[in-house]
Amino acid sequence: MEILVCVKRVPMVGGKIVVTADGQDVDTRMSGFTVSPHEECAVEEAVRLVERHGGTVTVLTLGPPAAADQLRDMLALGASRAVLLETDGREWGPVATADAIVAAVRSSPAAGGPYDLLLFGNEAADTGDYQVAVRVAHALGLPCVTGIKNLEVTDVGARAKREYRGTEEAFDIPLPAVVSVKEGINLPRYPSLPGRLRAKRATIERQEPEWHPDGLRKERLRVPAGESKRAAVLGAGADAVPALVTLLDELGILP
Amino acid sequence: MTVLCLIEQADDGGVADVSLRALTFARALAVSLAPAASPTPAASAAPGSTAGLGGVAAVVVGDAAGAVPALSEYGVSDAFEVELTGYAPQAWARALAGLAAELGATAVVAASTDHGSEVMAHLGAITGLPMAANCVSATRSATGDLQIVRQRWAGSLLEDAVLDASPALMTVAADAVTAAAAGDPAATAVHVFQPALGQADLLVTATESAERSAGMSLATARVVVGGGRGVGGPDGFGVLEELAGLLGGVVGVSRVVTSEGWRPHKQQVGQTGTRISPELYLACGISGAIQHMAGCLSAKHIVAVNTDPDAPIISHADYAVIGDLNQVLPALVAAIRAREGSS
Repeated sequence: MEILVCVKRVPMVGGKIVVTADGQDVDTRMSGFTVSPHEECAVEEAVRLVERHGGTVTVLTLGPPAAADQLRDMLALGASRAVLLETDGREWGPVATADAIVAAVRSSPAAGGPYDLLLFGNEAADTGDYQVAVRVAHALGLPCVTGIKNLEVTDVGARAKREYRGTEEAFDIPLPAVVSVKEGINLPRYPSLPGRLRAKRATIERQEPEWHPDGLRKERLRVPAGESKRAAVLGAGADAVPALVTLLDELGILP
Repeated sequence: MTVLCLIEQADDGGVADVSLRALTFARALAVSLAPAASPTPAASAAPGSTAGLGGVAAVVVGDAAGAVPALSEYGVSDAFEVELTGYAPQAWARALAGLAAELGATAVVAASTDHGSEVMAHLGAITGLPMAANCVSATRSATGDLQIVRQRWAGSLLEDAVLDASPALMTVAADAVTAAAAGDPAATAVHVFQPALGQADLLVTATESAERSAGMSLATARVVVGGGRGVGGPDGFGVLEELAGLLGGVVGVSRVVTSEGWRPHKQQVGQTGTRISPELYLACGISGAIQHMAGCLSAKHIVAVNTDPDAPIISHADYAVIGDLNQVLPALVAAIRAREGSS
């Protein structure tokens, strides 16, 4: 199987999110970067499929030159080829991003196509746009399922399942297809030492797509007001338990 | 000036709560978009006619009868019943595209659920228009632009933006909008709509298993006992389970716990897991990263148990116990049992 996995470089945000002075970006001076969680699982899923069925995994990202770091992280997990759609660092909307991915897929063999399966994360951790995978599927004329938590490749295509309001939805789809997955579909492995070494030496193929605006114009980012409060401290250690029991009783929680 | 709103139905056929919120959002948008001269354009439409429709029009796929009472209450004068069975996201989007074109809709909205987000993404792809996900508000500005506020980072960050497209496609961040019925209920007329579908539109159709997963759901539990890195390892969750059992609740965990493989992913609370809205969230040994807080800020009361008084969770919690959960929780369990025994 030839599998393409599209990933996004996002800031590694912990207890607090800070916006740059111009309101255009998340301040990343104090943080590192990572791949969106759903997408890391997409790479793991692709690597497992190839281990079972043979083939190759290509990872692709659209981002600044430094996004090569995230591609190398994914190579270390077991992907064998990496493509960087290099940008000047400005933010690309989902329409432009999907267009660039489609162009790269069509420019095969530069990007390694044609593919049996194109995997995405359900939504990026930062922008949460929920649509790049669907737009790519439409442009390529492929069937598409999203939010998948279980994926099985069969003789005739694939069976993809997800949760839906306490039940399970299943989709039987032919391949090639576009599938977006959610964290929980698997537990990504830790990169092996040989994997890391191989990733370090690997060549990253580069293309420079053209940015174009779409009809959604970001004006500024801001942290929602009124977030910060300070908890009333009930006490320290086990000594706080009587106060905690009283509180739970007042809240109507105790049986 | 029509704003189309995709309706998701509850198991009994009524309008799902998330869609009531989307309807509330859609109504506010329709009011903001209406020309000042005719504040109630819906009233001017001839009965039975959909020409010159104003206000909010609801789109229900399948039998709409059960949804009509709530639609009336929310001031929806026209509902379109799309003749389709089952969930086929591309076909649903094709129906929305057909209706939006026929009615000259200025906006199409849906709740940002799995289905809503997916259908709206397909609609964006079909029309080639931008789709703004997770909107909190949308109003027409003095200059005539459609000014929106939308969530990023699952609500930890807001984006002010201008959406310049017609129709404007948006999903509604349901947890950020409060459902409110209309001041004046409407008599809802139901129109049947036959979408023009191609074969490819039905290629992806869901089959749903009738079985409900057993046990209490994390999403709807009244009490959630949360465990994070501070639990220390896969063997430390017994006391959390015991406490959750005593309080009639369930155990939820932070992302590090599932990434380490200590607990299954279905117990994860947060941006990439489950969003909870219990009466009480007792967060133990959880630092409070924004991705975790995004999943539990709808909790009515948050009580944190943490060794670090400066952990981010302390500034999100209502109450805190500063200490090691491995000492606090066994003592709490013992105290609750003693209380039960004496009553």
